[in-house]
Amino acid sequence: MELTLLLFLPLATGLLGAVLGNRLVKPAAVLGGLGTLGVAVGLALNYDTALGGSQFTVDKLWVKPLGIHWALTIDGLNLALVVLTAFVYASVVVACAVREQENPRLFYFHLGLGASAVLGAFLAQDLILFVLFFDLMLVPFYFLVGQWGTGERVAATTKMVIYTLAGSLLMLAAAVATGALAASHHGRHIDFLISNLQRLPLGKGTQQWIFLCFAAAFLVKMPAVPLHGWLKDAYKSMPLPVLALFSGVLSKVAAYGFLKLALPLFPDAAASFQDLLLAIGVISILYGSALAFTTNDARLVVGYSSIAQLGFILIGIFSLTSDGAQGALLQMVNHGVVTVALVMIVGVLASRAKGSEDLGSMGGIAMGAPVLAVVFLIAAFANLAMPASANFIGEFLILKGVFDSVTVVAVIACLGVAMAAVYMLRAYIRAMHGPDTNGVEQRDLSFREALPILPAIALILALAVSPQPLLKRSEGPATAAVIPAAKAANIDPIQTATTAQAKR
Amino acid sequence: MIAAIKAPFIDWSALAPYTSLTVGAVVVLIAGLVGSARLRSWLVPGLALVTLTGTAVELLSRWNHPKVIISEALRVDNLTVTLGLLCVAAAAFAVVLSLRSDTEDSVGRGEYHSLLLFSTIGMLILIAANDLVTIFAGLELLSIPLYVLCATELRREHSLEAGLKYLIVGSVGSATLLYGLALIYGATGSTSLPKIGVAIADTGALTDPLLLAGMALAIAGLSFKASAAPFHQWTPDVYEGAPTPVTTFMATATKAAALGVLLRILVGPLLPAVDDWAPVIAAVATLSIIVGNFGALGQDSLKRMLAWSSVAQVGYLLAGLVVATSLGIGALVFYLVVYAVMTLAAFAVVVENERASDDGERLSGFAGLGRRRPWLAGAMTVSMLSLAGLPPTGGFIGKLAIINADASGGWMWLAIVLVLGSLVSLGYYLRVIATMWMTEGSVEKTPVVKQAREIVAVALLAAAVTIAAGVLPSWPLERAQDVGHTVISSR
Repeated sequence: MELTLLLFLPLATGLLGAVLGNRLVKPAAVLGGLGTLGVAVGLALNYDTALGGSQFTVDKLWVKPLGIHWALTIDGLNLALVVLTAFVYASVVVACAVREQENPRLFYFHLGLGASAVLGAFLAQDLILFVLFFDLMLVPFYFLVGQWGTGERVAATTKMVIYTLAGSLLMLAAAVATGALAASHHGRHIDFLISNLQRLPLGKGTQQWIFLCFAAAFLVKMPAVPLHGWLKDAYKSMPLPVLALFSGVLSKVAAYGFLKLALPLFPDAAASFQDLLLAIGVISILYGSALAFTTNDARLVVGYSSIAQLGFILIGIFSLTSDGAQGALLQMVNHGVVTVALVMIVGVLASRAKGSEDLGSMGGIAMGAPVLAVVFLIAAFANLAMPASANFIGEFLILKGVFDSVTVVAVIACLGVAMAAVYMLRAYIRAMHGPDTNGVEQRDLSFREALPILPAIALILALAVSPQPLLKRSEGPATAAVIPAAKAANIDPIQTATTAQAKR
Repeated sequence: MIAAIKAPFIDWSALAPYTSLTVGAVVVLIAGLVGSARLRSWLVPGLALVTLTGTAVELLSRWNHPKVIISEALRVDNLTVTLGLLCVAAAAFAVVLSLRSDTEDSVGRGEYHSLLLFSTIGMLILIAANDLVTIFAGLELLSIPLYVLCATELRREHSLEAGLKYLIVGSVGSATLLYGLALIYGATGSTSLPKIGVAIADTGALTDPLLLAGMALAIAGLSFKASAAPFHQWTPDVYEGAPTPVTTFMATATKAAALGVLLRILVGPLLPAVDDWAPVIAAVATLSIIVGNFGALGQDSLKRMLAWSSVAQVGYLLAGLVVATSLGIGALVFYLVVYAVMTLAAFAVVVENERASDDGERLSGFAGLGRRRPWLAGAMTVSMLSLAGLPPTGGFIGKLAIINADASGGWMWLAIVLVLGSLVSLGYYLRVIATMWMTEGSVEKTPVVKQAREIVAVALLAAAVTIAAGVLPSWPLERAQDVGHTVISSR
């Protein structure tokens, strides 16, 4: 029941605000954001780590004739991601509330709907329910970009929706096929509960096409390199707070989907396509990094760096090792938090540079804005995976996992670590240092600007100091997620008995 | 020896929906003769609505009381009740949508509404048909009033053209169907659907070329009415030319009736021949999905776009029919109802927008509607999202049910076609949404006429039902599967 409340809280408060009118819409949304965060944190604190497994489970038959369950749960796999979503949503709502929106009632309604859909996708334990929320996520963002975006917003949002839905709709067909075929194979009544489907494996040939449909949906959403065509326009058009929510959590749903669905349900196919997905991951890392240090657009640096970071997450998952999967999970959280900070910082920088987000029109502001400089530096260091940051641990675990499973991929991916340093530091130096030749306004972070950024920075630091609680909770489920596929690929998922503790 | 002729026994209570509708149609026609125009403008639609409500109540009372009446000419079962209610509701909404239009004044209010009711009787007969003769009689009674209704906007050239076009193409369709029915009769020696079923099951005459040809022609004839590709060419012109309330009625009720009778024939007596007709239906479905979706791309007239989209939607529906199981029929019936509701929402918005501005039916007339009239635009948005099959709408669940039926019945490729078709359809459905919310209207348009509250109410009601069907689909889906069970078990 708590989870149903958590899921609908953003939507309900968004709706309430829309009904109450222009004056009360912001307070309602902010309360909704903070309330969601409160509930999520409360659940996380009440999650019995010693017990592990699924907790706070809700399971009701929702659509009886189709065997779809309203099944939500929290386990080690999604706990951190649910909290991350609530955190990002709260930050974004606060960031939106300190500025003016056109037509705020619809704006906050869409924002709340988006957050609810993301939470639903993370919590869903029914395959169709997951697909439903995965598709639903897109609808509010279609409006958020199209109505409140800038530049070529209509073209950008149409492109984004058609790209993502191409994958999602195929996934819908594949998901239904999974349930229907499993039911007819094993002579059972149709049922889409993930835990049940896991016990009813499909034939290898069937697994392969179904896996490819799922992979298409997830790779577009992440996005991974050959399927990233929508990213540039969509990122350019998105209002910044919306971008923070989008980049911070939506891409994680896709990565989470691989871990939650694709690997456990289609282990044989995951094993046979391991090389393909590792290759896509590596290409994403290299190409994303290359794009990130050739663009002059601060916003796109963040966007392209996301492609690279998600490449890391992808190869971590498809190393099919416990370390790789754990690193991927940690990295999802890290990247979510860092992205929120970076996106908001880009907004602040642009406001100093007469609204331009071009790195060329920024610079020379570090001395005049020391707090901003420090905040940006922390976020940048975290993003480039500086040792002692949680990102470092995440990337280390990923690379270790990949090294143990497919060594050559790890070696190439290491280049990505170096490239991250190049593009992040380049962006930092050009935005903050050098002579101020562009008449950049020398003003430090104001309270309003800092409000949504500082919690993210605090979280980055907290994760760096103590990633242990997160790793401890995710160890069991992450290992369980990769074991079937690892078996099929003849990989020992738990290499030499190391714990995250020893690695530090 | 007149006394020796025994009149067939007639179960008047089961026949009640038909009698009341007929009586109502005649009364409405007479009420159209009332002298005062003011009185007429409220009395006639009022009587029509009363008639339709009464019919709906009588239909509802027949739920789960299947009965074959008038020497086995009509079968009043759950399918008849469900689709009959749909047609009656569509007629009622058509009445509401044309309440304040000036169209009927030019042709006479009584005639307009009476024709609408007669067409509805035809649909009810068609859906309940248990005999080849009844099928044809029902189809003609459905069609002929519609030919006239299409042409009721006397002052618009397009309207007349639409009526003529529909008449010609519809007659070809009827003739094709009639020929097919004759061949089926020739092959099996009976016009009664159950007896045809027995004859086919006995002889196993599935290789009989006469029967196969009859089947093909019957499918083709009904495809004309349902506007499935490749028999759809008339659809865009007629939908565009006809008065919008009539188009609404055609797009919802006619489709339901045509698919209902197709279901009756194929899943009834011809079920043993499923391996012969399923590939044909699958081919028609695929073609409809492709042709409809690509045809709708780039249409600037909303009515034309919705016409093309309805061709594609018929394709989705036929994809459910291919799986001749209660699962497939349940999915088909559910989606048919959802389709009718979301289409109604879309057309209601078009009707209202048409009255507000000159280019209200063009896409350009929708620019900035979200700002001017957010509720109306909201209803349209829900309808478009549902037609495209996005959650949380009934369209999503309906497509899910059809994909589920296809996947379970071994028609996975058809499910993939459906999904790819939906993807293409985003191209035009999203365009409407984008126009309403994301572009500014060129001039700040002030409504020319007073806003018609009843039309906005219809649009919002239909949109709300569309959402409800997506959020709480269990009950309607179960009822739809009940219908599927009765169809399968009654043969």
